[in-house]
Amino acid sequence: MGAGGSLAEKIRSLFRAPRASGETVPVSRTAPPAGRHLSLRGGEKETVTSRQSRGLEQFFGYIRDQAGLTILDLGGASQANVNFITNLGHKLYSVDFLRSMEETFGSEDATDQSNPGQIEYFLRQNLDYPDESFDGVLVWDALEYMAPALLAATVERLHRITRPKSYLLAFFHSDERVAAVPHYGFRIQDFNAMQVAEYGSRRPAQLFNNRSLEKLFQRFESVKFFLTREHLREVIVKR
Amino acid sequence: MSMWGKRQDEPAPKPVTIPKPVPVAPTPTEVKEVKKEATPLTSNIPLGKMEPDTQRGSATIGKAVKIVGQIYSREDLYVDGDVEGTIELMEHKLTIGPNGKVQAAIKAREVVALGTIQGNVEASDRLDIRKDAKLVGDIRTARIVIEDGAYFKGSIDIVKPEPAKQASKGQPAQASAAGSGAPLNTSEAKR
Repeated sequence: MGAGGSLAEKIRSLFRAPRASGETVPVSRTAPPAGRHLSLRGGEKETVTSRQSRGLEQFFGYIRDQAGLTILDLGGASQANVNFITNLGHKLYSVDFLRSMEETFGSEDATDQSNPGQIEYFLRQNLDYPDESFDGVLVWDALEYMAPALLAATVERLHRITRPKSYLLAFFHSDERVAAVPHYGFRIQDFNAMQVAEYGSRRPAQLFNNRSLEKLFQRFESVKFFLTREHLREVIVKR
Repeated sequence: MSMWGKRQDEPAPKPVTIPKPVPVAPTPTEVKEVKKEATPLTSNIPLGKMEPDTQRGSATIGKAVKIVGQIYSREDLYVDGDVEGTIELMEHKLTIGPNGKVQAAIKAREVVALGTIQGNVEASDRLDIRKDAKLVGDIRTARIVIEDGAYFKGSIDIVKPEPAKQASKGQPAQASAAGSGAPLNTSEAKR
């Protein structure tokens, strides 16, 4: 019995999800297993990884039991995210921030994001909402590709258009010395799990540590960090 | 025996009606201004010349046609040209072809976008945004399909057939069109 029990325990342990950043993450019953596979996105190769997300878990912890909220997704529309959020009964607003940045400021190599006129145009095109419109914002990793002037104006605008006590979920790479970081697309799979699709790499405009992130979101009430195995810092910001 | 011979000699009992080709769309389409006329509006375009999504029996606006005004249709419509104004196909399917550029408020049962739409879309059954499509506007629909690579900017309001909870905390809906970049309403609102 005892031997059988220990064998069963060993088998069970083989199927447990890996731990993120040294912390035990409870595995959701509906969460897909962590894994990695290749697929094609418009003819472009992408590497897709499934993983747990404490940041997502925290974000949805605040909004999952309510319906009729208004959520802003800055990562562009993806079927998974649209389905997940609208199935919770929320209204989703979608903006493809990175694509819009390229359209406004040019391609990555010719980026000049300090022109005040262009910054104003960018904000008008993408974040022109009345004050306190949103109950949550999925920022993903969009802020990492913004130069200081554009970033400050964007964070200021996000503060304005979110309701008090609402939450932002943003990702930042934690490695402060890299020249290029993987370019990700994030697809929600469950309250605490998502698929991360990697499409090559991009050059970040800035890299952040905890201190600089706290400074960036200093107008917000609180900032909480979760470090992942992929050297991503998941940041939950409370308005 | 005589019966067979008699039948051959007799004239046809009823006159045969040959259907006339219809040169314009049979739908009650109001065309206020047609700027290009290279391709006629017609329901009788051979299927082989259409895009894959075009279905038999739908009216078509060809890629060299521009219409400014209101379109009402009681049959499916395929738009591969330019349309500015409004499009209403209440119980029917609207397909915006890969060359289609629509700057209009749209109401239809089903909308399939392969081209560009700027304006609010209300699809009572389903909205399908294909890979290379671009949609800027607010959406109200029961079901939505967004392919990877499609561009969408605006809001998505899923309207379930059964009564859902309406516990909205006050959405930015009044300003949603302006906020989400729906150009038709934005420009009107700011004037």
